[in-house]
Amino acid sequence: MLKDITLGQYFPIDSFLHRLDPRTKILIFILDIVAIFMAQTVESYVVLILFTFLVMLISKVPVKMYFKGLKPILYIIVFTALLNLFLTQGEDLPIFGYSVGITVEGAIVAAKMATRLVLLIIGSSALTYTTSPMALTDGIEKLLKPLSKIGFPTHELAMMMSIAIKFIPTLIEETDKIIKAQQARGASFDTGSIFKRAKALIPMLVPLFISAFRRADELAIAMESRCYTGGDGRTRLKEIKFTHKDLAATICFLMFFACVIFLDFIF
Amino acid sequence: MLKAENLLYSYDNGVKKVDTVLDNLNLNIKKGEFVAVLGHNGCGKSTLAKHFNGLLLPLGGDVYVQGINTKDEEMLWTIRRQVGMVFQNPDNQIVANVVEEDVAFAPENLGIPSAEIRKRVDDALKTVDMYRYRKHAPHLLSGGQKQRVAIAGAIAMRPECIVMDEPTAMLDPMGRAEVMETILKLKAQENMTVVLITHYMDEAAMADRVVVMDDGHIVVDDTPRNVFSQVELLKSLGLDVPQVTELAYSLNKEGFDVNYDVLTVTECADAIMDYVRSIKSGN
Repeated sequence: MLKDITLGQYFPIDSFLHRLDPRTKILIFILDIVAIFMAQTVESYVVLILFTFLVMLISKVPVKMYFKGLKPILYIIVFTALLNLFLTQGEDLPIFGYSVGITVEGAIVAAKMATRLVLLIIGSSALTYTTSPMALTDGIEKLLKPLSKIGFPTHELAMMMSIAIKFIPTLIEETDKIIKAQQARGASFDTGSIFKRAKALIPMLVPLFISAFRRADELAIAMESRCYTGGDGRTRLKEIKFTHKDLAATICFLMFFACVIFLDFIF
Repeated sequence: MLKAENLLYSYDNGVKKVDTVLDNLNLNIKKGEFVAVLGHNGCGKSTLAKHFNGLLLPLGGDVYVQGINTKDEEMLWTIRRQVGMVFQNPDNQIVANVVEEDVAFAPENLGIPSAEIRKRVDDALKTVDMYRYRKHAPHLLSGGQKQRVAIAGAIAMRPECIVMDEPTAMLDPMGRAEVMETILKLKAQENMTVVLITHYMDEAAMADRVVVMDDGHIVVDDTPRNVFSQVELLKSLGLDVPQVTELAYSLNKEGFDVNYDVLTVTECADAIMDYVRSIKSGN
């Protein structure tokens, strides 16, 4: 049951976005978030929606996948939209001539919030669908590199992240096994009050942690046997490179970004 | 190639020194040899393996790899590069979440340029016959396949020698056969020195030389044939012999004059046939 979880949601196909330098994608994503929160006017939202559509299109990832990404947070979107709709002070907006407590300002804020959230989720999905977890951690490591000058352990952080990602399926499988073993001996994880259930988790978590520590120990020995000495002097199988493709993508994005700023602040 | 001289080791459990695990052990493994190490649980096999690449340092005596003493701290990484290690649990030695990235881990650590890494990774994956799976996620592979990826990860360092600590213990019979096939191939094609620690007598029977350990000592060190014909000795050490040897030995003990100096099914069948023929001609 737990095995079906897809990890990092990477969608392994070949597209322009897949071939971009992960650093480019991460930076564009961060700026995209900034733009989404800066946007105030309808026109700038149109520009951002257009940009998001463009990204979805060139990622070659089926649109269905993006909707799947939206599903888990659909309730949050609806909930925040409703709150904004009813709780914002302002001019009354009658529906079919009746006043139902909705304000004009409320409707605008609700629409804005919903659009923002949807755009954010699609943006982050686009990043994780087109970038493998390995490339993502590599990109983060390279981006944080300047911080290592002041003693920030960038390589260690990236290594920890990628190992953590690698071990998720292994640990999920292990959890599954432990649950089954405990159930076979009469343990029950899904009955009783919330406290009872929480308590029932202890006999599952303890063996899981012990085995995780043992795994960590073995992994450390295996890594040392393969000459791992930390980040210094390490090369990569696939060196990430900033190419003309990345330049084109960056310029293209900056144009959209400039549009948003122009529409919001100058226009 | 690998040499242990008067090797002494004991684990310190923090409270008191536990029994000596390795006690005055001497072993010399030559280049290109395929040595199987046998022994019951806790006899010090794995401890010995960890001495061969400096994961553990001797408390007494010395271990030499290609003439370099493992106590020489400056040469530690030279030693580790020459001795590839494969462990029991494939899940706990695979570092990356794509097969080829994992095989590339060791060469990456050695600071090899990426074009050369690519070549080594492809070569290593082809040697273990996993090239088709280079883009796969390791957790979706079978146990035997994972262990072959781990072997590829070790040979991508281009080591002189490969030490395997019960690589087949967690595998199903099919996975075991795959791994053994890979080991024999490595020895035949690359003239790799192989040290295989195992519990399976049938695997040990494939080696050039079998070392039997008990209580930190080496009890027997000979060819598989000479070792497995000492059935009583092995049994007294809590070890088995290959199934076919066991069969011939039992027949022999029951009064049938079957030669139990056999290691393979064919040899066993021949031995029994010889016996049957001898009776026929005798009558």
